[in-house]
Amino acid sequence: MNTNRQVFREGIRDGIPIALGYFAVSFSLGVAARNAGLSAFQGFLASLLNNASAGEYAGFTVIAADAAYIEIFLMTLIANARYLLMSCALSQKFSQETSLLHRLFVGFDITDEIFGITVARPGKLNPFYTYGAMFVAIPAWSVGTALGVIAGNILPVRVVSALSVALFGMFIAIIIPPSRKNRVVAAFVGISFLASFTASCLPLIKNLSEGTRTIILTVVIAGLAAALFPVEEETEAQNEA
Amino acid sequence: MKHNVYLYIAIMAITSYLIRVLPLTLIRKQIKSKFLRSFLYYVPYVTLSVMTFPAIMNATQSPIAGICALLVGIVAAWLGAGLFPVSVLCCVVVFVLELFLV
Repeated sequence: MNTNRQVFREGIRDGIPIALGYFAVSFSLGVAARNAGLSAFQGFLASLLNNASAGEYAGFTVIAADAAYIEIFLMTLIANARYLLMSCALSQKFSQETSLLHRLFVGFDITDEIFGITVARPGKLNPFYTYGAMFVAIPAWSVGTALGVIAGNILPVRVVSALSVALFGMFIAIIIPPSRKNRVVAAFVGISFLASFTASCLPLIKNLSEGTRTIILTVVIAGLAAALFPVEEETEAQNEA
Repeated sequence: MKHNVYLYIAIMAITSYLIRVLPLTLIRKQIKSKFLRSFLYYVPYVTLSVMTFPAIMNATQSPIAGICALLVGIVAAWLGAGLFPVSVLCCVVVFVLELFLV
């Protein structure tokens, strides 16, 4: 019980940079929500229940167009499909005994960032770590959206610009330490940077949404890595420790 | 508006939730296939890398500030800085550089 409480606190600690980044980003999301005709409460609710930046943004454009319900379903499915991959990866992080209830709760907030810190934790997952991060991240995200609807962009552009890299900073802090230990991971981080940059310039591919590009590149590059450099179980354990 | 906003939000929420929770609840065992295990091992690093670059350049007002934040972040993380310090450092780099660049 005591350790759960401590793990929860560690989750809060690692969730704070996420919450800061979310707060800044959700402000601009709130502006998009307002443009789509949502009230502050509706923006709050959408963010509370979805926890997805690109997915929500895509959804708001559908709402703004007053399009058919099936469209918002398809749009959400495409924009958030990467979470399906993350959820598969996370399933291997759970001990087999972890109850259904914990899986249902942790699943609620699989975002790029929460997934990132959760999967970077050494060993099997204690769900309380994720709960700690959710505890600070979800309110920041949903309240930020509501404030964005109410006040538009009250934060100075400079501050928003600076805060918007907070989330990327965390991604970097997650991918670099394993790259230092494992040259294959380092090489594929580099390849991913390059491929992602190339994909953003290539005709046709650059017109795909960022979410779709992420899925395609992830499947191709991770598939290639797995085929060429299959991971021994020892490496897996070593990198987690 | 002909459509109900709450219904829109409900459809979004249910769709996102199912995407996130189905693999977590359906895959209860350790996956045996070496290829799949390896694939899932690489997924987080590849996904996060793909999402970081070049997106970090478009998130800031000045792409140069974004690139510098990326480089400083990589060096700091390489030297052993944790999530929060790296994150804050990247923000500071952008804020300071944009005082001059923008």
